[in-house]
Amino acid sequence: MNTDIIVGLGSCGIASGAQEVYDYFEKNLDTSIALKKTSCIGICFQEPIVEVVAGGVKTVFGKVDVAFAEKILDGVKSGKLPEANRIFEDEGTNSFVGPQVKIALKNCGKIDPENIEDYIATGGYEGIRKALTMTGDQVIDLLKESGLKGRGGAGFLTGQKWAFLKGAKGDKKYLVCNADEGDPGAFMDRAILEGDPHSVVEGMLIGAWATGADEGYIYCRAEYPLALKRLKIAIAEAEKRNLLGKNILGSGKNFVLHVKEGAGAFVCGEETALIASIEGKRGMPHLRPPFPAESGVNSKPTNINNVETYANVPRILVSGAASFNKYSYGQSFGTKVFALAGKVKRVGLVEVPMGLTIREIVEKIGGGSSTGLPLKAVQMGGPAGGCIPESLFDTPIDYASIGATGAIMGSGGMIVMDSSSCMVDVAKYFLQFTQAESCGKCTFCRIGTKRMMEILERITQGQGTMEDLALLEELADVVGKSSLCGLGQLAPNPVKTTLRYFKDEYIAHIKDKKCPAGVCKSLITIDIEKDKCKGCTACSKACPVQAITGSVKKPHVIDPAKCVRCKMCIEKCKFGAIRVI
Amino acid sequence: MEDKCCCNGNLTEAKEVVAEIGGTKDRIIPLLQEIQRRRGYLAEDLVNAVAEVTGIKPAEFFSVGTFYSQFRFTPLGKNIVKMCKGTACFVAGADPLIEAAESYLGIKSGQTTPDGLFTLEIVSCLGCCSLAPVVMINGKVYGKMTRTRLTQLLEEYRK
Repeated sequence: MNTDIIVGLGSCGIASGAQEVYDYFEKNLDTSIALKKTSCIGICFQEPIVEVVAGGVKTVFGKVDVAFAEKILDGVKSGKLPEANRIFEDEGTNSFVGPQVKIALKNCGKIDPENIEDYIATGGYEGIRKALTMTGDQVIDLLKESGLKGRGGAGFLTGQKWAFLKGAKGDKKYLVCNADEGDPGAFMDRAILEGDPHSVVEGMLIGAWATGADEGYIYCRAEYPLALKRLKIAIAEAEKRNLLGKNILGSGKNFVLHVKEGAGAFVCGEETALIASIEGKRGMPHLRPPFPAESGVNSKPTNINNVETYANVPRILVSGAASFNKYSYGQSFGTKVFALAGKVKRVGLVEVPMGLTIREIVEKIGGGSSTGLPLKAVQMGGPAGGCIPESLFDTPIDYASIGATGAIMGSGGMIVMDSSSCMVDVAKYFLQFTQAESCGKCTFCRIGTKRMMEILERITQGQGTMEDLALLEELADVVGKSSLCGLGQLAPNPVKTTLRYFKDEYIAHIKDKKCPAGVCKSLITIDIEKDKCKGCTACSKACPVQAITGSVKKPHVIDPAKCVRCKMCIEKCKFGAIRVI
Repeated sequence: MEDKCCCNGNLTEAKEVVAEIGGTKDRIIPLLQEIQRRRGYLAEDLVNAVAEVTGIKPAEFFSVGTFYSQFRFTPLGKNIVKMCKGTACFVAGADPLIEAAESYLGIKSGQTTPDGLFTLEIVSCLGCCSLAPVVMINGKVYGKMTRTRLTQLLEEYRK
């Protein structure tokens, strides 16, 4: 009887200890059992994940450490697998998986990403074979019919974008994949590159056939070493099989694909900056027009799509436009991948059909608040996006509906916040990020965000005035209108949305000198409740500035003049006697 | 005698770098990445020597090198501590962790301790959001970090 043991080795799995588990199996397996690896299946809260396939029966175990791996191995040998840690017998996992529809992530966590055979066995490279029987225009029409829009955030119709490149003059054209996933809190593209790199290669190949491009670049951030490694393996394997290179599959079509490592600049997510970076320059954006479709890499016509967009393409070719656009809401079609994280019980990578509501994602898939505190907002779209309050959680996943809230669909970061997050602090966090990443070209982005930052700092330090608030709103408006690229245009979004939905928190900081969430240090006091304190001295030992005094078994007190509000004492107190007021 | 350029850069090594990576302008970023891979940072002498070999002005290399956050101009410490400040880690309390690391090591982020043992960096996302807050030391990710565990960990790396 054949038995396979498959270990999930994505970045997050490895971070949770999956490599040690894999190494353990490698050392202790005999030849009757095949050890395989796969990538992230998206169920991050259960990592490391091990799958056992014995006699055609699949059992998936979660939270596997080396000790449990030993039990699994004993079970495989004795024919009686452990009953514990079976994730698909767990209600939580099923609620997590239930509402999802996997198109872009179809293969993630299922195939060995370093083995082209695995990809081909699931119907891989059938898409390009089909495309080769069609004309470029037919492929473009199919994509238009599917309704696929750019998954990088802007949501431009992909088929239309391809048509621009096809129609552009010139015999040299480039295709670029933007894999410079820079939003903090987003890891969708990384999961696809690590888990199913061939889907991106094939998507680009189909694009090359449709548009007439003969050279391509995948621009991937250097911070993703595993994704880079697997991409390079995928390209080398595809070249060996004549799926890349010259006269692909005897069609006469040539397509050369390169991997370009980014060097850490958020602004390179902007297409004109990305092109400058590919050319070896500082990644600074330029004015459009000319659009890349006219003048891109080396001043030649160029088309840029992101990872998730390309990964969807082969599936649309194989299964048809209707299999994709049957999931729809308004003018949004198909599915969207989100990296669900923050204060929810189940975090991970989720792919949902358009039209599912934020509430369904947060409460059904995510399982609601992980802390017991009420949920307050989700942040979508990263530093260019915004905070959507709990009252709007019934908003469906749809480009227009999300846009109407002031946030953006974005590339897929979805961070859930509970009442312990201060929204002024959150706005400051994102602005700090964009301010540091501004390339400095446009005055309003360079200096305007700096001034906005100073105002936010004043407010969180309790020195803000109501005039500051008006100035902040004015600046947010001007910075957005006067910046050349998406980074500057959208940089004020986190401030704008928090001002729109959480203005009372700003006012509390300014007028009452209070931080309602108890975050901003200048506005809080740490206090020990006399009745609850047992005098165990744990807090005074933990205090880095000796601000806590008191004798053993007697209530302790904090000297507010000395206290630096690091909350170390709160972490140490076993009796819940220390609170923020 | 070693082959030196006008500013004492090692031309032999520079030629190796250029032979491996290529010497045209569109290769500036990969050239800088290779220099950093070899030396741990953008050593001025090697950048100048590579500039001389390629015939591209050193200013162009430094212009590109100073733009991207991946590049550094000072040597790294023995242990590299990367504090994640992605959104998920931020929401889970990255700031107090960063403060704890800074106060334990006695340096600000972006700096290296005088004994050369630790370099402290803030990174915007390590992509392990499910384990937030996360710290990466020498390429190994430690999740669900607390301040107490972090100082213990740093203590272990000090040995």
